[in-house]
Amino acid sequence: MITKRIIPCLDVRNGRVVKGVKFEGIKDVADPVEMARFYNESGADELVFYDITASFEGRALFTDVLQKVASEVFIPLTVGGGINELSDFDRVLKCGADKVSVNSGALKDPSLIEKAAQKYGNQCVVLSMDVKRVDGQYRVFAKGGREDTGLDALEWAARGVTLGAGELVINSIDTDGVRQGFDLPLLEAVASRVSVPIVASGGAGKAEHFAQLFEKVPSIDAGLAAGIFHERLVTIPELKQYLNERGIPVRLAAGKEGKA
Amino acid sequence: MIAIVDYGVGNLFSLQGSLTYLGLPSQITSKAEEIIKASHVILPGVGAFGDAARKLSALGLDAAVLEAAAKGKPLLGICLGMQLLFETGLEYGKHKGLGLLPGVVAPMEKDLPTPLRLPHIGWNSLQIRKETPLASSQLEGEFVYYVHSYYAKTDSEAILAESEYGVMVPGVVGVGNVYGCQFHPEKSGEVGLRILKNFAKLGGKVEV
Repeated sequence: MITKRIIPCLDVRNGRVVKGVKFEGIKDVADPVEMARFYNESGADELVFYDITASFEGRALFTDVLQKVASEVFIPLTVGGGINELSDFDRVLKCGADKVSVNSGALKDPSLIEKAAQKYGNQCVVLSMDVKRVDGQYRVFAKGGREDTGLDALEWAARGVTLGAGELVINSIDTDGVRQGFDLPLLEAVASRVSVPIVASGGAGKAEHFAQLFEKVPSIDAGLAAGIFHERLVTIPELKQYLNERGIPVRLAAGKEGKA
Repeated sequence: MIAIVDYGVGNLFSLQGSLTYLGLPSQITSKAEEIIKASHVILPGVGAFGDAARKLSALGLDAAVLEAAAKGKPLLGICLGMQLLFETGLEYGKHKGLGLLPGVVAPMEKDLPTPLRLPHIGWNSLQIRKETPLASSQLEGEFVYYVHSYYAKTDSEAILAESEYGVMVPGVVGVGNVYGCQFHPEKSGEVGLRILKNFAKLGGKVEV
């Protein structure tokens, strides 16, 4: 039985997590390695890291963080942010990333998806899209949601899959940060257009929103959120317990494994 | 020493990382003699079957893996590495595999009921079919992480554990000292680490 995935997202800048974090028991609240460890132990199904560092030096710090995480956290790791060419794929995959998420880089050069899928396989290429309603149309935005590309989101999703994206992350700008629930109509529309797994992002404010997502749009495979986990509005064990009680299949974590 | 066969396909960092975490000595290698010398061999891989099979034979590593297997060394194929253990792969044409396990690797697409998405990505539960040291009934119902669009069609004899995704997907396969996991044990949290630990215990223990 396949389970629905719960994915916390960590925005990292210059080696630090940037969103508000209120963890107990973690001294350095903004250390991404500590946070990865914490989320792994609480039963996160994957981790997503967005590198929002601008400088070259900061990027080196990020790959260092990634390497540390990958050497002790053995769940899938997705990396995004600043992926513009094939050499960026190479850089993060060598440090332990399993999947690489492209957004603005693919909008600038869609062939990046195709080249990466050929070299690393479809399963490695995640197309991340920031979507907002404009004049009754789902429109793709670039540069962290600041620039309207004029592209139709459903067309872009379909094209991305044809080019070789093995998974989509659909982030709704309209619901992001509002915490009133995921953008179900948008997700439904994308899900009926493409046949690869879809990760929903933007709008989660409480456990009920995840239940709503998986019950109303059953073809969505995963829910991604940042703030509500970092601020501990909902913990992952609580969320999974809740979903489990509602009859939504989730992975309940196994015990810790020691040395051989 | 566990030899991790490096033929230029996939991310070996996490696999070696998980072995190191378990205190198991390993070596990433593309040298035939080191593979033959090792006490255990892991054949990893992501990507396409034909391409991977070509790379493996171009480096002469197909022969080395076959020799290690013939010597009775525990061999574990992971994901595409598992698929390569079979006779034939049907990804972008028809390709010859190592032939250590009977059967073909076929696209799931044709066999899957429509509402299910491909690739098969995510945590799926194991149903143990045969009691083996690699995956005993202690792992019944435990979750492992899959990412694939092709699956093995093989004799029921070679199926050690399965997961359901519209069709029954062989998750753990094996004959004798040759084993394969369709899922990624190095990405399957504590359960995956347990499977890697079980693998290292096969044939006595890993020699340093």
